[in-house]
Amino acid sequence: MGLMQKHAVFERNSIVLLIGILIVVAIGGLVEIVPLFYLKSTIETVTGMRPYSPLELAGRNIFIREGCYLCHSQMIRPMRDEIERYGHFSLAAESQYDHPFQWGSKRTGPDLARVGGKYSDDWHVAHLTDPRSVVPASVMPAYPFLKDNPLKANLIAEDMKTLRLEGVPYTDEDIANAEADLKAQVNPDGMIEGLVARYPKTVVRDFDGNPKKLTEMDALVAYLQMLGTLVDFSTYDDKANLR
Amino acid sequence: MAHEEIDKVTGVSTTGHEWDGIKELNNPLPRWWLWVFYACIAFAVGYVFVYPAVPLVSSYTKGWLGYSQRASALAEAEAGRAARNEVGQNLANASLEEIKNDPKMLEFAMAQGRAAFGDNCAPCHGSGATGSKGYPNLQDDDWLWGGTLTDIEHTITVGIRSTSPDTRMNDMPRFGADGLLDAKQIRNVAGYVLSLSGNSVKGADVDAGKQIFAENCTSCHGEDAKGSHELGAPNLTDKIWLYGGDEASVINTITNAHRGVMPTWGGKLDPVTIKSLAIYVHDLGGGT
Repeated sequence: MGLMQKHAVFERNSIVLLIGILIVVAIGGLVEIVPLFYLKSTIETVTGMRPYSPLELAGRNIFIREGCYLCHSQMIRPMRDEIERYGHFSLAAESQYDHPFQWGSKRTGPDLARVGGKYSDDWHVAHLTDPRSVVPASVMPAYPFLKDNPLKANLIAEDMKTLRLEGVPYTDEDIANAEADLKAQVNPDGMIEGLVARYPKTVVRDFDGNPKKLTEMDALVAYLQMLGTLVDFSTYDDKANLR
Repeated sequence: MAHEEIDKVTGVSTTGHEWDGIKELNNPLPRWWLWVFYACIAFAVGYVFVYPAVPLVSSYTKGWLGYSQRASALAEAEAGRAARNEVGQNLANASLEEIKNDPKMLEFAMAQGRAAFGDNCAPCHGSGATGSKGYPNLQDDDWLWGGTLTDIEHTITVGIRSTSPDTRMNDMPRFGADGLLDAKQIRNVAGYVLSLSGNSVKGADVDAGKQIFAENCTSCHGEDAKGSHELGAPNLTDKIWLYGGDEASVINTITNAHRGVMPTWGGKLDPVTIKSLAIYVHDLGGGT
């Protein structure tokens, strides 16, 4: 009986077939997935990346809660048309602190990977409250409740602890100051030295246009306004990071 | 094998499986299917050598072609830039006036400006550049910070109340919210301001309003209330209102003030694109 006939063992015994499948898939996983964790070249060398500030993280949670990723990707693909429209293609380094990442796979709306700083806070508030008021042809649902919902700030430290388990380098100091930092980011008149030292490039202002109240709108706009703004592309070496 | 049974009808051996007397014949796979299967295996082997494939200890095999999607995307984008640069390079060195007067450069700038406007400006100013409440109409000839080519280019580059250190910036006081004027005074001054464009406010004393205007507003809006491009103060004598020209809106503006923000595009768009945008926007409703 030649080698070619031995596959009959797999065809006639479902347990053997199952074990065979597991072995093949495991080899595929080892070869395709494991190297991404040990190859240094997976994550590009960049300057400027940092974990999300507590307010940005709260905004990200709302982004996920509302299912924004169902219509908006955060992944500028390495293609000329995308580079022309959205800017430099997304880097692995830019989503290294995302758990889970928000790359998305569908673009009913535009890509948001570099939307930070592209529009004013007022525009974001108007657009989230009533998208048609600024973009008449938009099909985006309205989220008017965001500017009324008070932001729950007290749990953000727990979020950060969980993310730390997943490898985001939040320090004990970051977590101890989480709630204070969250509130400091919407109050430009307050003490912001600690916040800015812990999270460089953090933009501090009242994002929702209502200084009297800390709302979910504050958090979501803060998150949108920082997307894609952290990596300093003036010092980024495209050639050295090709892969 | 234990059961070398030959099916009597076809003369083919069976697999030994049987369901209710129906036996499975052990026919070979179709030839075409097998050849496609072998071809796929051969393709996969070839692929491993030609394209990046096998992870190693600190790197991975690059393949004979050395293909990289990122490299090819960057090269394509660069090729696009180079193609644009045949004309675009001239734009980088030419002044806005020169571009305006050179048909070839103008055609290029208008096309590039229109595309860039759609990608970056239309969400606020509208796809027809007619703006909406809080977002200026760029089609009319009323300009807050000046409507010349260089004014427009500068506004696009630095933005208004933006994160740029050179941003255009002014701060209208919140006359009501900060207690600088009381409600009656605000009503009077709103009455005066609206009277300049032939409207009125119920119960407002226009003469008293004129006095209040002279004391509080003229340093920015000017004695004739025609505003100032240097200060970004709007002309109050026309019927063009950024935040609404009805009684309630004007009173609200004086009470709370509006501080609209336009982002800075200096770091995001390259100078040639900004020039093209300035040409395009100036063509919409620019002045001299």
